[in-house]
Amino acid sequence: MTGPIPQTDATPKSSALDPNKSFQGLILTLQQFWAQQGAVILQPYDMEVGAGTFHPATTLRSLGKKPWKAAYVQPSRRPKDGRYGENPNRLQHYYQFQVILKPSPDDLQNLYLDSLKAIGVDSALHDIRFVEDDWESPTLGAWGLGWECWCDGMEVSQFTYFQQVAGVECAPVSGELTYGLERLAMYVQGVENVYDLNFNGLDGEARISYGDVFLQAEQEYSRHNFEAANVEKLFGDFSRAEAECNALLAFGEKGDDGRHQMALPAYDQCIKASHAFNLLDARGVISVTERQSYILRVRELAKACGAAWLKTEGGGA
Amino acid sequence: MSDLLLELFSEEIPARMQAQAAADLKKLVTDALVERGLTYEAAAAFVTPRRLALQIVGLPTRQPDRREERKGPKLGAPEAAVQGFLKSAGLASLDEARIDTDKKGGQFYVAVIEREGAATLDVLAEILPAVIRAFPWPKSMRWGVHSADPNCLRWVRPLHSIVATFGPETEDPEIVPFEIGGVKAGNVTYGHRFMAPQPIKVRRFDDYLPALDRAKVVLDPARRRDIILHDCKDLAFAQGLELVDDEGLLQEVAGLVEWPVVLMGEFDASFLDIPGEVIRATIRANQKCFVLRDPATGKLANKFLLVSNILASDGGRQIAAGNGRVVRARLSDALYFWKTDQAPLPDFSEQGKPLDQRLARLRALDIVFHANLGTQGARVDRVVALARELAPLVGADLEKAARAAELAKADLVTEVVGEFPEVQGLMGRRYAEMQGEDPEVAAAIEDHYKPQGPNDRIPTAPVSIAVALADKLDTLVGFWAIDEKPTGSKDPFALRRAALGVIRLILENGLKVKLGHLSDLAINKGLQFSYSLKLADDQIAGEAKIHSYKSNRNKNFTYSFPTELTEREIISKMRLDAMGAVKAPLIADLLAFFADRLKIDLRDRGARHDLLEAVFALPGQDDLNMIVKRVEALDKFLATEDGASLLAGYKRAANILKAEEKKDGAEAFEAHPQANLRIEPQEHALAAALDRADREAAEKLAAEDFDGALHALSKLRAPVDAFFDHVTVNAENPDLRQNRLRLLAQLRRAMHLVADFSKVGGA
Repeated sequence: MTGPIPQTDATPKSSALDPNKSFQGLILTLQQFWAQQGAVILQPYDMEVGAGTFHPATTLRSLGKKPWKAAYVQPSRRPKDGRYGENPNRLQHYYQFQVILKPSPDDLQNLYLDSLKAIGVDSALHDIRFVEDDWESPTLGAWGLGWECWCDGMEVSQFTYFQQVAGVECAPVSGELTYGLERLAMYVQGVENVYDLNFNGLDGEARISYGDVFLQAEQEYSRHNFEAANVEKLFGDFSRAEAECNALLAFGEKGDDGRHQMALPAYDQCIKASHAFNLLDARGVISVTERQSYILRVRELAKACGAAWLKTEGGGA
Repeated sequence: MSDLLLELFSEEIPARMQAQAAADLKKLVTDALVERGLTYEAAAAFVTPRRLALQIVGLPTRQPDRREERKGPKLGAPEAAVQGFLKSAGLASLDEARIDTDKKGGQFYVAVIEREGAATLDVLAEILPAVIRAFPWPKSMRWGVHSADPNCLRWVRPLHSIVATFGPETEDPEIVPFEIGGVKAGNVTYGHRFMAPQPIKVRRFDDYLPALDRAKVVLDPARRRDIILHDCKDLAFAQGLELVDDEGLLQEVAGLVEWPVVLMGEFDASFLDIPGEVIRATIRANQKCFVLRDPATGKLANKFLLVSNILASDGGRQIAAGNGRVVRARLSDALYFWKTDQAPLPDFSEQGKPLDQRLARLRALDIVFHANLGTQGARVDRVVALARELAPLVGADLEKAARAAELAKADLVTEVVGEFPEVQGLMGRRYAEMQGEDPEVAAAIEDHYKPQGPNDRIPTAPVSIAVALADKLDTLVGFWAIDEKPTGSKDPFALRRAALGVIRLILENGLKVKLGHLSDLAINKGLQFSYSLKLADDQIAGEAKIHSYKSNRNKNFTYSFPTELTEREIISKMRLDAMGAVKAPLIADLLAFFADRLKIDLRDRGARHDLLEAVFALPGQDDLNMIVKRVEALDKFLATEDGASLLAGYKRAANILKAEEKKDGAEAFEAHPQANLRIEPQEHALAAALDRADREAAEKLAAEDFDGALHALSKLRAPVDAFFDHVTVNAENPDLRQNRLRLLAQLRRAMHLVADFSKVGGA
């Protein structure tokens, strides 16, 4: 009853690529599915971010009129969620599979359900539900309406129609899908502890588990996030990133055709400031009132970067 | 007669918005129809997660023709006026207007405008898109290609199709011709998302409803609710268990499915170590599942009920198993929180027992309670100090009350309450019990939030009462001091609820306390811990006076008034005066607020509105139990023959006095009547009876015996009746007249000792 979902004919024969048997198979299947829908399959952004939304392919590309379709895995870091590898569900580093489609297609819900089918979630057997969940990112100055998608009571994805990003009204609106990969994999593999996930889909000696790959990292980073990360340095990181972001934005304004020339590098600094803030928050050195002011400072950077992006070719200028 | 069927088919509508949306749709469309002269026989709205539907029965096929007469200018009026008239009435020339004559013989033009009623179908084609465009969703959104246009249609979630048919029962209805946001109204809907997604052609409600039913959609939310409740009870019963009722959850779940299928899941019995309320909160909040209990013990069972949206091909085995896994994961978290809260808190482990450590953390975090009312820590200090003062007034042990007040908010920083705010107080109690606090202290920690609403339990243990009162009074006085009172429908700090809580604590426990005094104590604590800028300003003014007094004294300035007070006493009095100036208006205003809440509460519980007014009209009413007793005694008294008759006599006297006071002035007859001006025996009798009743009533009132006081007054009935039967009040002799009116005024005064009878209605 609690075993893995039976394999259907559509799933690959090799268990190494089977989305029901291997973590990487799940990722590859999703990539393949969205590639077939015409999405650009990107690689993870090479910076520390708290969620797939921070990737410029979502944050910045969701602004402006130009159509855009992309899908990618994004390692996400939430320093505060570290549990020293002792909690079966919580991680300070995990994977999101992110899909962004602009404008949101009319059959987005069906596309999403088809993607679940591709990874072996049969809607005749499982209770798939769209439960209200309005999304808001105070640091990105972004909000949207949508749902958390439930499969048999487990939240496996976030589904959002972006209404505003970086303080700018989205016109047109993008549809964003975020699959919580570990949760989804735990579900399809029938596993109750994330570290027991089969990573490579092989058995016996050849089997590599999620724990083999990440347990040590979770332990070390939990120590780092809660105990060791140098607070003075982090405060410095935050201020330097903030200053650099503003400096780069000012530099980019120098273009004489009215276009901005440095939106992307400036946005990197916004990401850095945000991550420094997350670490400071995990270290417990930011009081309730200060917290709000830090969030506002990051949001100001995000808004300025969004405004700059709209003055670039990618932003439709 | 024709019927309308409207269905707005969209992506999943949030459960919490559905009922209101159905009500809004019905009201907006029917109002718009009636406004256009189209009345109907019946209307009903329905909602599922994916559709809003409306059925209107018995609409005419055309609007009635309308004839309107519009008055125009006088004959020979200036050309501009004539042109304006023609234009507004839509006439080509004055030849088309009629000429009427008014009463004075003046002649003027009248335009007769005949308007042919439009076809209802066309009216609908105008109304429906307008209603959809302006629909009052709490939150709405844009989507798809159209969202690039700032004026695009907004809906709660993307709107996919519209059914809008109109026609008589006997024929094929027509499609209401309109298009909005790229969606064209038609006659096609869709069934259940997974079980019957095919398009379905519909004609009218009569075939729409069964077609949906066949396509695994139960349109009526009330029916879905009933199905869920019925199946839940059945499944529970089959296992020898009992459903823990949860109407809120039932409504919500009915809004999450189109085809409810109830299934039972299970979790490991070892999780039952977690308090039942936490298990319920976990399963309810995160999984929207129902919990079950063993009817024999009343304890939760390790089973739960979930409501799925499909009839799964394996009978729901995998769905139940999947939900079970999620519930187990959530309960593992809850268990972890529950255990963590009982363990020492890093950095605070030296600060006493677990709950004391949480209190230390609450203080250390400097969590702001309200920007102008200081931190949670300061609030705890105020409530502890106030609870100490209230304890003796309510018969509570002083130290226990103080200890309970101290720990009352400590659970706010526990893990469990952080996750499930609805179990605040309860968790504090559990943790207090586990660390060996006195049972009265532990109970007070839970009960100090009570009563939360009109149906909530009211604490009766003295320690609980002391802390519950202290907490509520501190909140009320604080927000009053910073002028954040409730206005209209806005009451963000739930002050009305707090005031009602205070009232009910006092009434139900028969507490012999005066609200004015309690408020004063609470304000003193506020001043002592000085939370308010405004108060601080006033205090500064007081300190300035003291300062100037001291400096004058130092300069050997002598005050000209004689005083026996020492300097210390003078300064202390100045300080008190300064505080008094701040407190008096604040307390008066707060008491008026309490009076309003009490009136509403008593009225809700069946007390006569006029009797409440009669009692509240008396000065200094801040002993709630006395107010209630007085109202009850009055009610009982007026129901007797003596009471009704005396009231009639009183009314007669009061009316005469009112009329004569208009001539002679407001207080003209308040002097005591003179014995030497009485000539009729009935005057003598009434005067004697009044003197007696006056005295007796006053005595009884002093003893708080309202029945007795009213009984004393009731003896006036016979002499009053006799007086009116035999004595002419407005005698020709002015002295006699004045004396008789004074007698009536004395009667009025005597009656007003108990209540202001002028406010009493009836009779």
